[in-house]
Amino acid sequence: MSTLALTLRQVRFENRSFWRNPAAAFFTFVFPLMFMVIFNVLLGGTKPIGGGLRIADFYTPGIIVFGLVTATYTNIAMMVTTSRDLGILKRMRGTPLPTVAYLGGRILHAIGIAFLLVIIVALFGAIFYGVRFPWDRLPALVLTLMVGAASFCALGLAVSGLIPNADSAPAIVQFTVLPLNFVSNVFVDMRSAPEWLNVVSRIFPIRPFADTMLAIWNPLTSGNGIDLGNLAVIAAWGLAGLLVAVRFFSWEPRR
Amino acid sequence: MPTEAAIVVSGLRKSYGSLEAVRGIDFTVERGEVFAMLGPNGAGKTTTVEILEGYRTRSAGDVRVLGHDPARNETALKQRMGIVLQETGLPQYLTVREVVAMFAGYYPSPRDVDEVIGLVGLEESSGKRVVSLSGGQRRRLDLAVALAGDPELLFLDEPTTGFDPSARRQAWETVRALTGLGKTILLTTHFMDEAETLAHRVAIINRGEIVASGSPETLGARGLEASVIRFGLPAGVEPPASLGLRRAGPGATWELDSSSPTRALHELTGWAVAGGIELIGLEVSRPSLEDVYLELTREAEGSEPATSGGEDAA
Repeated sequence: MSTLALTLRQVRFENRSFWRNPAAAFFTFVFPLMFMVIFNVLLGGTKPIGGGLRIADFYTPGIIVFGLVTATYTNIAMMVTTSRDLGILKRMRGTPLPTVAYLGGRILHAIGIAFLLVIIVALFGAIFYGVRFPWDRLPALVLTLMVGAASFCALGLAVSGLIPNADSAPAIVQFTVLPLNFVSNVFVDMRSAPEWLNVVSRIFPIRPFADTMLAIWNPLTSGNGIDLGNLAVIAAWGLAGLLVAVRFFSWEPRR
Repeated sequence: MPTEAAIVVSGLRKSYGSLEAVRGIDFTVERGEVFAMLGPNGAGKTTTVEILEGYRTRSAGDVRVLGHDPARNETALKQRMGIVLQETGLPQYLTVREVVAMFAGYYPSPRDVDEVIGLVGLEESSGKRVVSLSGGQRRRLDLAVALAGDPELLFLDEPTTGFDPSARRQAWETVRALTGLGKTILLTTHFMDEAETLAHRVAIINRGEIVASGSPETLGARGLEASVIRFGLPAGVEPPASLGLRRAGPGATWELDSSSPTRALHELTGWAVAGGIELIGLEVSRPSLEDVYLELTREAEGSEPATSGGEDAA
């Protein structure tokens, strides 16, 4: 079998495993939707927030970003660390299955789940809050999602290489991602934040991703929605993540 | 290449910092042979095996596995060997059959999936998910996964540790069946009886060195020439001092070490028959592999600092 065929075969096994744990699968999708509902109920979904936008117009792309980062970065970091501690990675290493096919299978599956999540959140926003789907900027949306998903998967792999064991994985992963969600136009509108915090948050990859998604979803802005500057920042993080992953990836538990 | 040995190890050394886990090991495993590495925990067994499997690099020495250097991580080698590690996980939500099929797909000429499941005795659990298997069933699935690709060479690292006696017997039967298929097997164990039952040849390894090797029979005869005659006497009966008997523990159990057991037995039974005395539970035993093992691993004690923990150090 070719490496591509082996990779796709792994995706099928990953997918079967994923849906066989219905509780985990269910909450993967419900978790972002819960945030969506909480923010919209708490802050009033139809309340205007200036610039012709309402609360729901802000939170639909915001929660899409949150969901995508969770389904790629958080998911990959946790899953790889757990499989490493369980010895699954070590076992795989002893078989002729190419590394690319094994990890590629996991990553492709994570990206598939992330895209499904994006569709569900976008539908949810459209149905309950009348948030228009940006059909006119579909190329920009797909491009941004692909760059984002690939980069956050790479960062998830990178951080798994730095996590000492599966017990510490949730704490470390949340530490790296939760604060960024608060300062990156995901959970909180950053227009009223102090300038220095805006400057700092733009260094990290979630902010440019969220800003690009906000612009794509905003019908009042002009342009095709492709923000090369932001995409470059996200991709640079992804590339750095890949280098760290290659350097620190471990097949065996660290004890 | 069929005449070439399956594994050739010469002058193998492995250090973790200042700790020398493996200190110059040489051995050869012929094709179709079951070779057991026997030794206490921390002796360097796992380190050696993991070098042969390609998981660790060596500090010095030369290693050939099926003609390849395992440190080069070649697919061509991995396609021809199967590995049962000490602690490894499997995807929790796939069934036994799916797991075996998944691994079988990685190899160019896999063994039939149902045949593999039958070989390890998991037919009745083939539709069960990994997460619901018992510990013993998981260990058998480990073996099935290693066999899925129909390997020529199989590494079994402490395959029955944690098994109950009947599960061990069952595992041994499986290993014997594999030998019948012409597989080469390298086995590590700290159970004497396991090495004695399964292996054509045994290497006793202690503190990173091979302290003895040979067939279980020749190893059993090594060093300790004497057979032991053991029996009990009815209360109040004392044997004559001329027989050279000694008391073995409390009660009326006696022992006699002899390098010529036929004559010793003749004298002993002559005395007993003449006196009308019954020798209770009379037995003659040759030194077992266990006796040799204990003697050899004890000999080395105190000569070097303990290497415990070296086994799994990374």
